[in-house]
Amino acid sequence: MDNLTMTTPERTVMEDVDQPAEPPPADESAPACTFRVKNLSIWYGEKRAIDNVTLDIVSNAVSAIIGPSGCGKSTFIRALNRMHELVPKTRVEGTVLLHGEDLYSNDVDPAIVRRRVGMVFQKSNPFPTMSIGENVIVGLRLNGVRDRKFLNERLEKSLRMAALWDEVKDDLHKPGTSLSGGQQQRLCIARALAVEPEVLLMDEPCSALDPIATAKIEELIYELKAKYTIVTVTHNMQQAGRISDYTAFFYLGRLIEFGPTTKIFTNPSERQTEDYITGRFG
Amino acid sequence: MAVAASMAVEERSAQTRMALPSRFGEKAFEWLTLAMALAVVVLVILIGWQLWHGSSLAIRKFGFHFLTTSTWDPVAEQFGALPFIYGTLVSSLIALLIAVPLSIATAAYLTELAPLWIRQPLVSLIEMLAAIPSVILGLWGIFVMIPWLREYPFPLLKRFLGWTPFFTGPIYGPSMLAGGIIIAIMILPIITSFSREILRSVPDLQREAAYALGATRWEATRIAVLSYAKKGLFGAVILGLGRALGETMAVTMVIGNTPQIAASLFQPGYTLASVIANEFTEATTDIYLQALFEIGLVLFGVTILVNLLAQLLLRTITTTSATRAVQ
Amino acid sequence: MRFERAHHHTWRKIKSGLVSTIAFVSALLVIAPLGLVFFHLLVNGAGSVNWDFFTKLPAPVGAAGGGMVNAIVGTLELLALAGAIGIPVGVLGGIYLAEYGSARINSILRFLADVLNGIPSITWGVVVYGLVVLRFKGFSAYAGGLALSLIMIPLILRTTEEVVLLVPNGYREAALALGVSRWKTIVHIVMKTASKGIITGILLALARVGGETAPLLFTAFGNRFWNHSLSQPIAALPLQIFTYAISPYDDWHRQAWAGALVLVTGVFCVNVIVRVLTRGRAASVV
Repeated sequence: MDNLTMTTPERTVMEDVDQPAEPPPADESAPACTFRVKNLSIWYGEKRAIDNVTLDIVSNAVSAIIGPSGCGKSTFIRALNRMHELVPKTRVEGTVLLHGEDLYSNDVDPAIVRRRVGMVFQKSNPFPTMSIGENVIVGLRLNGVRDRKFLNERLEKSLRMAALWDEVKDDLHKPGTSLSGGQQQRLCIARALAVEPEVLLMDEPCSALDPIATAKIEELIYELKAKYTIVTVTHNMQQAGRISDYTAFFYLGRLIEFGPTTKIFTNPSERQTEDYITGRFG
Repeated sequence: MAVAASMAVEERSAQTRMALPSRFGEKAFEWLTLAMALAVVVLVILIGWQLWHGSSLAIRKFGFHFLTTSTWDPVAEQFGALPFIYGTLVSSLIALLIAVPLSIATAAYLTELAPLWIRQPLVSLIEMLAAIPSVILGLWGIFVMIPWLREYPFPLLKRFLGWTPFFTGPIYGPSMLAGGIIIAIMILPIITSFSREILRSVPDLQREAAYALGATRWEATRIAVLSYAKKGLFGAVILGLGRALGETMAVTMVIGNTPQIAASLFQPGYTLASVIANEFTEATTDIYLQALFEIGLVLFGVTILVNLLAQLLLRTITTTSATRAVQ
Repeated sequence: MRFERAHHHTWRKIKSGLVSTIAFVSALLVIAPLGLVFFHLLVNGAGSVNWDFFTKLPAPVGAAGGGMVNAIVGTLELLALAGAIGIPVGVLGGIYLAEYGSARINSILRFLADVLNGIPSITWGVVVYGLVVLRFKGFSAYAGGLALSLIMIPLILRTTEEVVLLVPNGYREAALALGVSRWKTIVHIVMKTASKGIITGILLALARVGGETAPLLFTAFGNRFWNHSLSQPIAALPLQIFTYAISPYDDWHRQAWAGALVLVTGVFCVNVIVRVLTRGRAASVV
């Protein structure tokens, strides 16, 4: 349970011994889950944005959240790393377990949650006062990592993983905002990867990009899922179909349907899902 | 599954290298900034308390008469602030009479009428005028403005308006009118820039509607802009009044510093701020100093009231424009 | 009928043009004092701004020459003292309003800061006289610096708040999503992004209080010689200008003009720097 407040590995191993109550996977062949969301409801003041959602996010796969605007998909993804708390007067019910640990438990620092669950935003937002290189390692630096050698290592590795290294390796001192829109978004992905999270949340990462830049990011997402669990919000159904392994359809704060993408798109069990996918509303 | 998680953490050395966030640091910083922000509360209380405390003896001794009597005789320990109150009000009134039409016309010119290329340079010049220290305007007032006023405008005023009580008697130079004019120069940029902000916040829809009805530029300005912004402009004027009442150095240097109530604006006068500036270091007896503190208290009270009024007027404008933006 | 309407229209056009002309003349009248003051400062002051002015102490009455070096240094010392208190309090207070405070607390604090900004500067002199000079039995550089700092606090607080609010929320979110703590996000990301605006506010506040005379009259008091201890009276350029301007000596009047020219040049230089800084800001992302 303490993994979130204290990230030392020894501690985690001990926790596993302490916690025989943790249920083993019911079926050995079932895929491992990174998140288990149980009966999650979220209120902004009086308004309920998420209504009793239960779902599991499978590890090393891409899960897409789709739905018409205002359906709560953004709130849901932000609840996975407690970013929704930045809005004043939010209230949460239910649990979100990250590898069995409750994200919302009192002794969990949201900063630790966010280090393990990284996030990329709709609008690329490299820090305007920093160079490309500084942007990548800023998370490590501000979290107290001083070791230059390690930082340089992470810098190159993160940029390579974000498929940006070859394009910027000679311009690391240039401002992050000097890059093109697609490059900026990949810089933001590199920045998120630098702190080595387990999960990458993406809130409509391509909605502000042109088709070519979008294709690059989609390709990147496909490569990243080997190492990361990825949850992405998208309003573009074709994109969800292309990149995701699982798809969740949200409507008015409720989870209508969740399952393998192929099933949702070819043979949805709910009428509303079918209507949305075929473009009859939303 | 949990084992997988621990392995994942073990692999990720960046995670183990990062320092734990400190809840103490988090709270400490918030409290520190709060403490600094509360300085404004402390300052308001501090001023009020210090002025009250510093003048409590005088308040007890002179009571309400302090505000209504006009003898200011430190030797006889007679203190009546009426000439200073009168001087402050009259000089500020003169300043407003001069500054308000000029400022609002300039603001309208800057937002509605002027060619675009001229606007920014003009705004910069007005900001620079606002940046001139008061003492320098006073210096200019003594050596340039007053000799000129004495030479040309004052005699003219006397010749043509001498039949009114305001422009009679001998012309010295340092006078209530000179004080009012120097204050006008000081508040011109203030009223102008606030009025400009107000006029700029008038939605374009207003102007377009007027132009669509075939209004000329001036008609659009008058009907759509000025009448719409009336309340805000009033706020800007009141704000200017607040500055006028408290203006010290430049006035002290040109108003003549004589505690008297005279109808003629050619006569010297005295203001609340000026008497503090001139006599504070000379106040040898306790009661004299106390009386000056009480003058400070009066000045503080008046400017606070005027500023409160200005803030309320300007605030309603900004809130309504903000709600408009939301809609 | 038709003619009449056209006639009416012409009259309306003439009226519009007339009003534009009046407004233009008003604008000229508003900036006229700036030109006149500057002109007379150059004419009367330039002759006395020489090497001596920046290196010598004031000459005794009757003796020609002398300078204002003590007043120039004194003003810089007073600004340093004022900044040491006013800048941290103002900036951090502004940060609270922009980043932490609830809407209700903020509206109260903002209101009070605006009210403070409207208080005559001489009031601060009176207050600090009561608080410091009476208590410690003497005029001092400390008292003068404190008086100036109290004027700076609400000024800097408001400008800091305004520019920090301009920082797009995306930067805060990006940093927080990296697991960076809130206060580090504010210090390293938000304040850094807004630094130009914050510095602009600080410079404007310094320029404003650097030209203040009234709050120094009975706090710093002025000094014809060097100040050897901050607990002693200290000279300041605006104070010296005032003393010289109201004196009966021609030599001193010349010195006052020279001092005024130097002071105005300093204040305008700061304003020009600010303009350059803000132009850069408009061009960048924020």
